[in-house]
Amino acid sequence: MSPTIYLLLSALLLAIGAVGVLVRRNAIVVFMCIELMLNAVNLTLVTFSRINGSLSGQIMAFFVMVVAAAEVVVGLSIIMAIFRTRRTTSVDDANLLKY
Amino acid sequence: MTGPTFPAVDYGALAPVLIVLGAACLSVLLEALMPLRGRGRAQLGLTLVTLAAALVAVVARASSDAPAVSTLAGALAVDGPALFLWGTLLALAVPSVLLLADRSIEPGGPFVADPVALAEAEPAGQAGQAGRAGRAGTATARRTGGGSGGRSPRDRVEGHTEVFPLVLFALGGMLVLGAADDLLTMFVALEVLSLPLYLLCGLARRRRLASQESAVKYFLLGAFSSAFFLYGVALLYGYADSVNLTDISQAAAGSLRPDSLLFGGLALLVVGLMFKASVGPFHTWTPDVYQGAPTSVTAFMAACTKVAAFGAILRVFSVGFGSTVWEWRGVLWVVAVVSMVVGAVLGLTQTDVKRMIAYSSVAHAGFLLLGAMAITPQGLSATLFYLLAYGFTTVALFGLVTLVRGPDGEATHLSAWAGLAKRSPVVAGSVTFLMLALAGIPLTSGFTGKFAVFSAALADGMTPLVIVALVVSAVAAFFYLRVIVLMYFSEPAADGPTVSVPGPFTTVAITLGVVVTLLLGVVPTVVLGWADGLSFLG
Repeated sequence: MSPTIYLLLSALLLAIGAVGVLVRRNAIVVFMCIELMLNAVNLTLVTFSRINGSLSGQIMAFFVMVVAAAEVVVGLSIIMAIFRTRRTTSVDDANLLKY
Repeated sequence: MTGPTFPAVDYGALAPVLIVLGAACLSVLLEALMPLRGRGRAQLGLTLVTLAAALVAVVARASSDAPAVSTLAGALAVDGPALFLWGTLLALAVPSVLLLADRSIEPGGPFVADPVALAEAEPAGQAGQAGRAGRAGTATARRTGGGSGGRSPRDRVEGHTEVFPLVLFALGGMLVLGAADDLLTMFVALEVLSLPLYLLCGLARRRRLASQESAVKYFLLGAFSSAFFLYGVALLYGYADSVNLTDISQAAAGSLRPDSLLFGGLALLVVGLMFKASVGPFHTWTPDVYQGAPTSVTAFMAACTKVAAFGAILRVFSVGFGSTVWEWRGVLWVVAVVSMVVGAVLGLTQTDVKRMIAYSSVAHAGFLLLGAMAITPQGLSATLFYLLAYGFTTVALFGLVTLVRGPDGEATHLSAWAGLAKRSPVVAGSVTFLMLALAGIPLTSGFTGKFAVFSAALADGMTPLVIVALVVSAVAAFFYLRVIVLMYFSEPAADGPTVSVPGPFTTVAITLGVVVTLLLGVVPTVVLGWADGLSFLG
């Protein structure tokens, strides 16, 4: 099977993630959509690695995973902190700062 | 069979980065192992010694005739612009850290990590100075046996110290970003600088809800933009079979792959970087985060993040995409115009000082983009100079914002600043001088920076953009002048804010910013001379 199909799949996953970030209200779901986008990138990197015949794309996927894990730690702690004071994770309720 | 070969590491060239990141690890250990008493001073001492040592290493390297090197298998390029950016970042970090460390304006410092600690430190009804200032978290309070009555006054002014390791890690990421020669290193550096900043935004003692809201917004939007950055990296890897900027440039000269990969990758990459630099249509987080974050954090973020992000933008444009400049520059013209116009027009409508400075920074990002798009030595040196000048002005201005205080913390609403000159002529005078610098009036660094950037853009054939930039400068000058008029020609409100007398740290930070702004305006040739001869490696 042609590897191009995987590129299309990863582009689709990225688009689903991006739309999810824009339309969902719950901060945790928004965050999950961002993770989906990062994994779409991983799929792209691995596919290009296969097409190019070089290993560096696969190594980069590991870097992305590690950074995504660190991002989860920081992100969830911030969302926890705001949940404790507001009792909600909806991003629509966070509206003190505007205009 | 031979073992793996390891790339050579030039420790001399990497010294500033290694010093800062090593000290960041040491700072985490101090945080974990030292008792609360005296920790603040130890952390501040460590941070300042680190900054001084790294600055000495940068200056020693820059003044020796060591050649530009690409080290760590091409991951970092320590060349002239990288050293200039490192010097700028470390020099800007000094006043920022002093602002962060100040405990004289707000007893206990402006930071607290845990809302439970805050609730305990400010028991309802008796939120006196002693109660507000003291505690450093429930765990510590339990360990030391509770009640603030049993603690000496010295304990009360210690406050929280986790800001120091966070700032050092963020600074380490910024240094790497300024020298990153391949896109993967650039991505990791971008995250290393962003993650501590997300946390720092949410640590405010006052107005916690706004502070946490700014942290969530910055985090979600920042992670969103780094996903785009990363997809751009993946597309460029598909195009060039390498993420090294020099390799991408060579591949662009003669590759059989479709150009859509190259330019799609560049577009997504630039979106990620411009988000961090708060350029143009990617600026939406800037006003909210600048307003919600503790002001000293905003000062650090506004000055240093912009320097690091524009350093990366300059390198990507010059090294990676210099050969294809005519094909992508048209799009960036639009971005630069949007950035300048949005910053200036929305800045006019603001009623909060911190938001106003945020929109002004969006307009300034547009001006900086003019210099970055001119891929000439002149454009490079002008942009580097502008970054240095803008950074010091902004840090000092945010330092002054921390001084104007009402009953519940900083009074940032413009109406509270009415008649400030009658209350404190020195503060009003300093704000006036810095606002004039942002507006670009001669004899300030702002004028020299704008002049250098605009003439570089003119020389590279961007006349229409320079005309737009001049009009926008005039519009933006209106809202700076509005603040000045308000301070000098309005009657102060009866229940207006007080102006705190700054402690030594804040005084030094503000004085440093004002003096540098003046010196770069009067004798810019010293720094311009250094910036002039620089060129990227590769």
